[in-house]
Amino acid sequence: MIMTGIYIHIPFCKAKCPYCDFYSFRPEEKEKDSYLKAVLLCLEEYKAMITDEVDTIYFGGGTPSFFGGERIREVISHIRNNYRLKNAEITVECNPSSVDEKLVKSLKNAGVNRISMGMQSAVTKERKALGRVSDGEKVKECVELFKKHGIDNISLDLMLGVPYQTPESLDKSINFLLSCDIKHISAYMLKLEEDTAFYDMQENLSLPDEDTVCDLYLQTVERLRDEGFLQYEVSNFAKEGYESRHNLKYWHCEEYLGIGPSAHSFLNGRRFYFPRDFESFINSPTPVPDGDGGNEEEYIMLALRLNEGLQNKEFKSRFKKDISRNVFKKAEIFANQGLLTLSEESIALNEKGFLLSNTIISELLEGVD
Amino acid sequence: MAKKKENIRNFSIIAHIDHGKSTLADRLLELTDSVAKRDMSAQILDDMDLERERGITIKAHAVKLNYKAKDGEEYELNLIDTPGHVDFNYEVSRSLAACEGAILIIDASQGIEAQTLANTYLALDHDLELVPVINKIDLPAAEPDRVASEVEEIIGLDCSVAPRVSAKTGENVAQVLERIVADIPAPPVAEDNAPLKALIFDSVYDNYKGVIVYVRVVQGTLKAGETMKMMATGAEFNVVEVGYMRATGLEPCKELSAGEVGYITASIKTVRDAKVGDTVTKLQNLASEPLPGYRKVNPMVFCGVYPADGADYEALRDALEKLQLNDASLSYEPETSGALGFGFRCGFLGLLHLEIIQERLEREYNLDLVTTVPSVVYKIHLTDGETVEIDNPTNYPEQAKIDYCEEPITNAHIYAPSDYVGTIMDLCQDRRGVFKDMKYITTDRVDIHYELPLNEIIYDFFDALKSRTRGYASFDYEIFEYRRSSLQKVDVLLNGDVIDALSFIIHSDKAMGRARKIAEKLKEHIPRQMFEIPIQVAIGSKVIARETVKAMRKDVLAKCYGGDITRKKKLLEKQKEGKKRMRQFGTVEVPQEAFMAVLKLDDNN
Repeated sequence: MIMTGIYIHIPFCKAKCPYCDFYSFRPEEKEKDSYLKAVLLCLEEYKAMITDEVDTIYFGGGTPSFFGGERIREVISHIRNNYRLKNAEITVECNPSSVDEKLVKSLKNAGVNRISMGMQSAVTKERKALGRVSDGEKVKECVELFKKHGIDNISLDLMLGVPYQTPESLDKSINFLLSCDIKHISAYMLKLEEDTAFYDMQENLSLPDEDTVCDLYLQTVERLRDEGFLQYEVSNFAKEGYESRHNLKYWHCEEYLGIGPSAHSFLNGRRFYFPRDFESFINSPTPVPDGDGGNEEEYIMLALRLNEGLQNKEFKSRFKKDISRNVFKKAEIFANQGLLTLSEESIALNEKGFLLSNTIISELLEGVD
Repeated sequence: MAKKKENIRNFSIIAHIDHGKSTLADRLLELTDSVAKRDMSAQILDDMDLERERGITIKAHAVKLNYKAKDGEEYELNLIDTPGHVDFNYEVSRSLAACEGAILIIDASQGIEAQTLANTYLALDHDLELVPVINKIDLPAAEPDRVASEVEEIIGLDCSVAPRVSAKTGENVAQVLERIVADIPAPPVAEDNAPLKALIFDSVYDNYKGVIVYVRVVQGTLKAGETMKMMATGAEFNVVEVGYMRATGLEPCKELSAGEVGYITASIKTVRDAKVGDTVTKLQNLASEPLPGYRKVNPMVFCGVYPADGADYEALRDALEKLQLNDASLSYEPETSGALGFGFRCGFLGLLHLEIIQERLEREYNLDLVTTVPSVVYKIHLTDGETVEIDNPTNYPEQAKIDYCEEPITNAHIYAPSDYVGTIMDLCQDRRGVFKDMKYITTDRVDIHYELPLNEIIYDFFDALKSRTRGYASFDYEIFEYRRSSLQKVDVLLNGDVIDALSFIIHSDKAMGRARKIAEKLKEHIPRQMFEIPIQVAIGSKVIARETVKAMRKDVLAKCYGGDITRKKKLLEKQKEGKKRMRQFGTVEVPQEAFMAVLKLDDNN
């Protein structure tokens, strides 16, 4: 049974975080309304292209919580009325600073059942360096609020390799995360992206060195494993059964519709996206073709991000042939270096391998016929 | 018009680098209406881009000027431009041999420099009449009086009538022409019917005409249709055309005769057949003796030249072949390196020559090159009594088989303000120099004379000298002997494999220091890879320096959210491209930059 996901990009933020290069800006109130209209129109336009059932909706950003609960509710009910929504995981990314009881209630009413919040760090000095206004306690309050209203599938983001971070300070952040009693954690490494404030001031950021960042990552994997959070992707950890179904679609090379400027779609074998331009999306959303998707290379590249790894069985059912033996042959070297687990039927990177995934994946892809 | 031989003047212009040789030559062309003003590009005689940029003349040029002097007579002036650098000394010397006189230019602000003297001595060796000209009087720092007395004192040339000019503005340049006519003698009277003897002072390759041979006819005549013979090589050619070099191009004539300067074309395929210094004679009337002075020019400095991309090997060979058509002193032969693949071992007259060839290959032929550490020619005496000459570390014999080694030693003169004596002596001492003497040229300028091993000079000596003296020092050297020396071959190993292209021969006292620096440099430039890489620098099996590049633990992890798969794909492609720029050395991938950094290694970094 093929299921499709829908991603809605909310390009609004109260303030831009200095490390973030996702498309967002500070809107005027009426821009939020015109954006809502544009999103609904766009959903209307694409419904013909999606005949399969829709089982995930994901509001990402930007800051969806800053878009307002009522507008989110309208989008969801539009999808409900126009698409075959079934047993859906509906996630909304939230920023603690824009979460209050009113928002939580309207999200709950709208059917939202999963929340993803950026905590990044629980250590004040690090939070400040990351441009986070609120303190860690505010995050916890929000978590409690969601739980109080019956949303307990909550994910928090943790950043690794941020300014001033040490193994000890990371331990504090992880302790704090665990004390929030949540189901899912995304732990990703700070990457300096061009056109961000961090990129321009990188010399003065007091960033931990490369070796330390590696240690921080391994420390996180180990600690979370001990606490019952299973790693299922390079940067994602969940209590059993709480993996993000929407994000898994990306890594399983399944299809999805992405609405909003900078949102990417993979529909009917084609990839396309809407340009990072709010005005053009409001006036006439024009998708830019991004080539065919879902070929062997893409599938392998994405599968190797997952802990379950690349499985010949899945590959075969999709491509009607076995994975090239050359891929396995190339994997041997890395297996000997202790970077992945190799069996007759699968290749799965471990956490040391994830750290080197670009090198490993590009090398393995050379084995594809 | 009957030629008046007594109205011919054959002369060169000699000067230290940057003292205005080419600019003065341009003014002389203008004043004699040899070239229309609108056709003047600055420094018309330096026609290679590289020559203009570097302000040096690489190839000799010659041009015939007509001048009506104040005495009412028409004169034929043959200006033979010379390369201004020590590497090309032999060419300078041949050019001078074609003249009766030379203009000696001295910069009015800088005074006498190393090459001023070196060139002066060369000119005096050829019994040339010297005409001093003090140039750049337009500069605020110009001190023509002081410089004039410097010239009188040091060189012993009367400067009372020396023109004081600005070649740049043209001021007083006309006086130079008058001095040429008055002071430089006409060519000695020689018989036109004597057997032909013409000195080749330069030759250039032309795509249409083949080699164009520039000659000074000493005796006899030559015209088209006659058969000429090169006395050193024995090669014979049918003369297609003879004529004069004009600023605007070649001007054919009926006949070249004694005293004249001109060109010959004879469908000659490469400049190797028309070597500078050779004597041209005629088959019908052979000269019994060649003109004095021909010698074979041997390359002094060697290095491996490899295409950065192996696919460019053929292109590199073609380019070297073309360059050699024009430059007989460039030698090359195929060479293979385990590390660098297929390339060529090239021989050069000196370091400047090497740099120029390298730049021309890169610019004119658009090649991306990797060159190995330059080497001089060592004489290795083996225990079995045999002597081998080694210019490539790869061929260095086993230490056990070596009785003793010899290396080339130069006489080096450094001219500099006396403030820098201390720092220059430190540098020379550090480069294993042996102090000979020091002379005060003026109260505040000195000539420091050292004996320096050539292998120390080719190793960034000139750059070190310039940086230590803020560019005020000038430098000149010539090889005078081979001397016994304690040498060692040093190898670099990456992950246990010898990287042949990084091996070098060095004096044993310096091996340790250089080894450490190389190890550090490599560590700095080799990116971390999937495994740990030991860097070892060794003499034989003895490791004298080591470093380790730790294994890579992470590469750039891209977030993979929002379904932007393309971005992730691009990152992987970038990874692949980065790999392409690396060169595989055994199991280790080394970026080109690391290689260059080691080869460019000098005392300051």
